[in-house]
Amino acid sequence: MYTPHTPQEIEEMLSFIGVKSIEALFEKVPAKHRFPQLDLPAGLTEMEVAAELNEIASANASTDDFISFLGAGAYNHYIPAAVDMILQRGEFYTAYTPYQPEVSQGTLQSIFEFQSLMTELTGMDVSNASHYDGATAAAEAANLAYHTFRGKRKKILVSRSVNPQYRETIRTYMNGMENVSVLGDEIENSETFESFMDLIDKDTAVVVVQYPDFFGRIIDYTKLVEKAHEAGALVTYVFNPTALGLLKPPGAFDADIAVADGQPLGIPLSYGGPYLGIFTVKDKYVRKLAGRLVGETVDEEGTRAYVLTLTAREQHIRREKSTSNICTNQGLMALAATVYLSLLGKSGFKQVANLCYQKAHYAAEQISKLPGFELAFPDTPFFHEFVIKTPKPVNEINLHLEHHWILGGYDLSQDYPEMENHMLIAVTEKISREDIDDFVAALEEVTHD
Amino acid sequence: MTEQTIYELSQPGRKGFAFPEPDVPSTPLPQEFERESVRLPELSELDVIRHFTNLSHLNHSVDGGFYPLGSCTMKYNPKINEAVARLPGLANTHPLQPIVSVQGNLYLMYQLQEWLQEISGFDKVCLTPAAGAQGELVGALIIKKYHQDNNDPKRVKILIPDSAHGTNPATSSMSGFDVVPLPSDARGNVDLEALKTHCDDTLAGLMLTNPNTLGLFDEHVEQVVQLVHSAGGLVYGDGANLNALLGIIRPGDVGFDIMHFNLHKTFSTPHGGGGPGSGPVGVTQALADYLPGPIVTIIEDGDEENPPFYGFYTPEKTIGRMKAFYGHFGMLVRAYTYIAMHGPEGLRDIGEKAVLNANYLMKKVSEDYYLPYDRTCMHEFVVEGAWKDIPGVHALDIAKRLMDYGFHPPTNYFPLVVHEALMIEPTETESKQTLDAFAAAMKAIAKEAREDPEMLNKAPYTTPLRRCDEVKAARDLVFCCWVPEE
Amino acid sequence: METPKALKYTKTDEWIKVDGDEATVGISDYAQDQLSDIVYVELLVDEDDTVTKGDGIATIESVKAAADVNAPVSGTILAINEDLEDAPEKLNSDPYQSGWLIKMKLDDPSELDDLMSAEDYEAYNEEREA
Repeated sequence: MYTPHTPQEIEEMLSFIGVKSIEALFEKVPAKHRFPQLDLPAGLTEMEVAAELNEIASANASTDDFISFLGAGAYNHYIPAAVDMILQRGEFYTAYTPYQPEVSQGTLQSIFEFQSLMTELTGMDVSNASHYDGATAAAEAANLAYHTFRGKRKKILVSRSVNPQYRETIRTYMNGMENVSVLGDEIENSETFESFMDLIDKDTAVVVVQYPDFFGRIIDYTKLVEKAHEAGALVTYVFNPTALGLLKPPGAFDADIAVADGQPLGIPLSYGGPYLGIFTVKDKYVRKLAGRLVGETVDEEGTRAYVLTLTAREQHIRREKSTSNICTNQGLMALAATVYLSLLGKSGFKQVANLCYQKAHYAAEQISKLPGFELAFPDTPFFHEFVIKTPKPVNEINLHLEHHWILGGYDLSQDYPEMENHMLIAVTEKISREDIDDFVAALEEVTHD
Repeated sequence: MTEQTIYELSQPGRKGFAFPEPDVPSTPLPQEFERESVRLPELSELDVIRHFTNLSHLNHSVDGGFYPLGSCTMKYNPKINEAVARLPGLANTHPLQPIVSVQGNLYLMYQLQEWLQEISGFDKVCLTPAAGAQGELVGALIIKKYHQDNNDPKRVKILIPDSAHGTNPATSSMSGFDVVPLPSDARGNVDLEALKTHCDDTLAGLMLTNPNTLGLFDEHVEQVVQLVHSAGGLVYGDGANLNALLGIIRPGDVGFDIMHFNLHKTFSTPHGGGGPGSGPVGVTQALADYLPGPIVTIIEDGDEENPPFYGFYTPEKTIGRMKAFYGHFGMLVRAYTYIAMHGPEGLRDIGEKAVLNANYLMKKVSEDYYLPYDRTCMHEFVVEGAWKDIPGVHALDIAKRLMDYGFHPPTNYFPLVVHEALMIEPTETESKQTLDAFAAAMKAIAKEAREDPEMLNKAPYTTPLRRCDEVKAARDLVFCCWVPEE
Repeated sequence: METPKALKYTKTDEWIKVDGDEATVGISDYAQDQLSDIVYVELLVDEDDTVTKGDGIATIESVKAAADVNAPVSGTILAINEDLEDAPEKLNSDPYQSGWLIKMKLDDPSELDDLMSAEDYEAYNEEREA
């Protein structure tokens, strides 16, 4: 479809090469398997494929059709039009990793600016050029900690109120390491964290907590950080970037590593990906950092320039001795976050965080007034997500809500068996007061059935 | 030519975007957690647009010019891919919506699984891996679990040819294997004799890129696979170079057990300045139970009136979850679109033209550059970027000088098995005129190397920046820009 | 390329200078030249650590490569060169003096017999270059 060769050019090229036919170029390919008949539908024209994709899309109902109160790791925020306009520039999206700095300053400087914005946001010292997503960033944080102690500390402690999918991903990544145990799931979920903190010892490489946690709660981990540092262990914060528009950053709590999914920063929901893994550390871990890193330098004439740096950490140089195999970053998604934060700026970013906070609190208050509904953690502050105890199973309620074109919250019993009838509700700036009132009214109907 | 940073452009009090005022009563913030402010830049929308537009002008891109970066398959990224991936019905679906409301997404993913299986000859494909390197990790962890389940934990050794990408050994050690490098023979194939010496009961598997990074189809690939299998090992195929094989041969038919796809190479999803990639993994039936989830399946068969009902499952002995949710869905939409537009004939046309272009360009370039493995190549080839009689000129100089001729340099200093390597992959979407122009530039540079080698040492001259000081960057570490004090 | 006569060398490019039962270890001029501009040295051992011949004692990074440095003989670490943290370029400019990596006490001086003399090391390098 996109091959430009005319029959005459093909002839000229073959004759220059000195073969009779294109088939002759494949003589080394085992004959019995050569040129298989692929059982695929015949190729479509662009017009036909556009129609087909439209049809596929129309078989979905999206967050444009629903009022959505779903969060649990992916958030329905407004994306300013300018963000995607920049992303659609071919100079950005059809370039590759900026190996040649002389012709890649656009990508390099925007990553450098991304790194700068991430360190401002988190209060950490250094950000890399990004990882795949929040879950893999958390897994790479565990990996970094493991290698910091050269494999001598064998315990990775992960709070049970860290996103369940992140916990699973950390476990998968740690499968490759010898005798590493990932602990924390067996500890009952509580607000004090005392029994979780009791697990911290001299064999602990890292303690992973989430802020706000998976249930939306804003928890003060100061004591946990102190205890971990006393034991010589690292602390990783998994954070929500929007929340940092209002809340003290992980750096202010002495976190060693802070990771997040950057999807809320101008990246569409896109059914779960591609998203953006934010990965930031204290200075002293920069050489253990996996993934690409852009540094400032000068060119031969002394002009400011940006290059990929500390590449000797990476797989293409260190091969089996590198601590991670990561190769790509999420370049274009990092660009989206950079444009988003540049555009919102200091005031806009605070505004969006505040809108999420205010609307979520209004929703929580209204829902908890309904008979049979109550906040699961009434004494703990929260950001834009909260847990409601419901009078009926969450899936039943959500079925009812779907008839009102409302996407209800996440059913926590899927991951926490003890949390039957617990719904995790997320509210963003896109939800209006009227939407919340409709949601509350629809929930009220449930109690009447 | 440089551009100020966003912080340098910032003006206190300037605004680029406003949200509506709150429409709900105000709740005070928890004081102990409240931060004063985040030092973000303050710019107008035009400031922002102009800044990033100016930055974009400093990039070389496929849309702007030839990009023959070996092993990266920098083919044209069709614009329809971008349009359909942004359809609101796809782009605005939440990953945790009830599956009944996203049957379109699941249908698309199911079809893509089926198509990738058919194209590659594997029995089961999982779409979740985020990139090729993560696909490799899936493969290595599957190899590990497979041997563990067979009560064969002494299999700790993974063989990796010396021409392999760095991700192969890195992945293997990340999965707890011992990495054993395998030499190449004089024709660029896996050295069979060396392979035989490692085929014992400690062999866990072999990671093989075929065609390899020299652009050569391994002439003994079936024998290699058979040797590893008879020693009880598994064969992992690095699918980085699958573009050369589309419609030509299916790795599953040759006997590979596992392979990752690079949707951003073979199936035209854009490289995005370094990502996102997408690295689905295919396996044989015997290994299907180890794949990471979630995988799309048909929960209820359809009939004449109703389409099937799709849902997710996670295989029984799974190695575990690789990331949140289901993979890079937006990239899957693009790859689906690309395959749908090509069909069987179109895919074979890709493989054929990629190989035709590479052989044509190889013949042209080798008039002036030494070709260490002189035989028909697949989608790419490697020449030496240096001459014995011109000691002062290196592959790096040639790479840098190519920029002055308007081309992105080839991959250089890789693969490691070739001295001063220049690895050139033209892809199928480039025209004969482009290849001729590139070959002419290579010829002109070879001439310059003889006439004025010092000039090449200082190239490039016409790019936005001259050669950058990488030593300074690595010694005086600066990772963040200047930020104005509050 | 400098190859001081008084030192012993390994095939992995470390040098060792012996003084009684104590020794200083570094990397050769040839090695630093191969690596080019060295930007970082990570010492993997501390004072009082014991090492066995072949154990990793340091990692050296240049802009284009990374290399491991191994203990040429077994012994106990007496000192590490902390100056290299801020001045890794000393390994390039002065590999045999201020670019030393560790000082150690030898367990078994007979292990030195397995190492190469300066002449043998030069011949070995010539062989590698060919």
